[in-house]
Amino acid sequence: MSYDAKLLKYLKKMAAQVRVDIVEMIPPGKAGHLGGSSSIADVTAALYFHHMKVNKDDPKDPNRDRLVFSKGHAALTQYACLCELGYFDRKWLKEVKTLHGVLQGHPDMDKTPGIEAVTGSLGQGLSVSLGMALGLRLDGSDSRVYCVVGDGEMEEGQIWEAAMAAPAHKVDNLCAIVDCNKVQATDTIENVLPFANVPGKWAAFGWHVIEIDGHNFEEILAALDEAKTVKGQPTVIIANTIKGKGFPFAEGKAAYHNAAMSEEQFAEAQRLAQEMLEEADK
Amino acid sequence: MEKSNMRKAYGQALLDLGKENEKIVALEADLGKSTMSNMFGGEFPNRYFQMGIAEADMASTAAGLALTGHIAYMSTFAVFATGRPYDQIRSSICIPRLNVKICGSSAGLSDFGDGKTHQSVDDIAIMRVLPNMKVFSPADANETEVITKAMADIPGPCYIRVNRNDVPLVTEKGAAYDGKVKCMKDGSDVVIFATGYMVWRALEAAKKLEAEGVSARVVNVSTIKPLDAEGVLAFAKGMKAALTVEEASVIGGLGSAVAETLIAGPAESRIPLVRQGMMDTFGTSSKEYEQLLEEYGLGIDDIAAKAKEALALA
Repeated sequence: MSYDAKLLKYLKKMAAQVRVDIVEMIPPGKAGHLGGSSSIADVTAALYFHHMKVNKDDPKDPNRDRLVFSKGHAALTQYACLCELGYFDRKWLKEVKTLHGVLQGHPDMDKTPGIEAVTGSLGQGLSVSLGMALGLRLDGSDSRVYCVVGDGEMEEGQIWEAAMAAPAHKVDNLCAIVDCNKVQATDTIENVLPFANVPGKWAAFGWHVIEIDGHNFEEILAALDEAKTVKGQPTVIIANTIKGKGFPFAEGKAAYHNAAMSEEQFAEAQRLAQEMLEEADK
Repeated sequence: MEKSNMRKAYGQALLDLGKENEKIVALEADLGKSTMSNMFGGEFPNRYFQMGIAEADMASTAAGLALTGHIAYMSTFAVFATGRPYDQIRSSICIPRLNVKICGSSAGLSDFGDGKTHQSVDDIAIMRVLPNMKVFSPADANETEVITKAMADIPGPCYIRVNRNDVPLVTEKGAAYDGKVKCMKDGSDVVIFATGYMVWRALEAAKKLEAEGVSARVVNVSTIKPLDAEGVLAFAKGMKAALTVEEASVIGGLGSAVAETLIAGPAESRIPLVRQGMMDTFGTSSKEYEQLLEEYGLGIDDIAAKAKEALALA
């Protein structure tokens, strides 16, 4: 399937804007999840700015599609998208993790308009998404549920409980997206707890599996569209990504899982994101 | 003495709720026959979710169902309903105050044969400490029905623990739920705060005490959180001593809840208190329920003796 060049350009631009916003939310000297937020930025931009049914004027619109970040530490990406869509004022981007702020360190549905659940304690979001998918199906809704899971997060046993339960309940309104950036908090997955054949694991559990380059918008859109056509089973999109994508000093490095940038690095990150934005706008 | 079963009452109440409200859904972890939520499943298969032996997934899935506007009742044995998915209850359910109603079945020592892995001594304590969680421990089948149905109207997370075995009825059928502690028998020397099946046993102990010239007041505490502190203080007022009796660890359980209330009350409420329950111990297997309760000092004679022990402190 080929996608309109204008759409692809628009998504590229929005993904660059998301990275600009992510950097804005990690001021120098303050720790922030740059790596895992930027690895999933392109997929998330495709979801919010094109693929999903969203309604900023009514964040609880029953007809909306749902997106749950089971890897809640990448919340900055969700915040950036919600901000660009107008769910809350831009001023809050500078107030992440502040007392009485709208943007918590991890996603909190009670604080942030557009956030669908409470996540952050890893492993739980896929089960929550399964519950949403079951509830929506029960209500005869055609809304879909998307859930971003980290590849390191697959070390949590509950992911595999949900991986077993979702196909058993034949939920085809559920689409999991695994952000395979190959690096977790302290080191590479290879060095922490190596596990092989991610697509094969999900397939064995009964999921429809699509493997993509998670930074290629044509592949992202095609996978999301394909997932919509799958009946009688859930879909998982294995998105091969780069941790810290767009910020070469951080790319592929566990050190930037949740790091504070120096003044120089922050300026560098701002410049890189701005260049991405200008490049996309050409 | 009419006996009845709390599990059956739970199953029937859940079924009744299902008939009244299509938003009620139920989740099960391969123990539906024991928890009797299978009664609901038989009538409403579309709203009954078999999650397999995967309690963590069940708890978070219940949260997801609540997030789409459903009232999710999840049931399994008390140990597996609380300790095993503790963080899921904490993070997925309690932080966002979701409408998930957790039924801890075969609670306390009531699963006498299965032993310590299956006997919940810590469920009250660990559910009670969770912000936004409400904790219920009905005294009998009638109260189980009342509370199970009331939970559907009480917003947010709820935990109810029910006994596995047939136990005597001590409350009226169809009472309105008001969350208050209830005086089951009045007395003037010592007040016994009891919960669950221990309410009947405290009443029996009070009869024995009466024969020995000790007047005991017995109070049923079926809503452990939020605790009716006003009621606890009122029923303790004028008493020489107090005793708590529960089929659970006194650490963090009813004993703690009552102690915290009495110590924080006016000076006159600081009466000697003895807490009887599981004394920082796990359970064990037994051929009979009664025998097991006696092993841990929850025999009727034990309760009477503890009441006298409390009075001796006065």
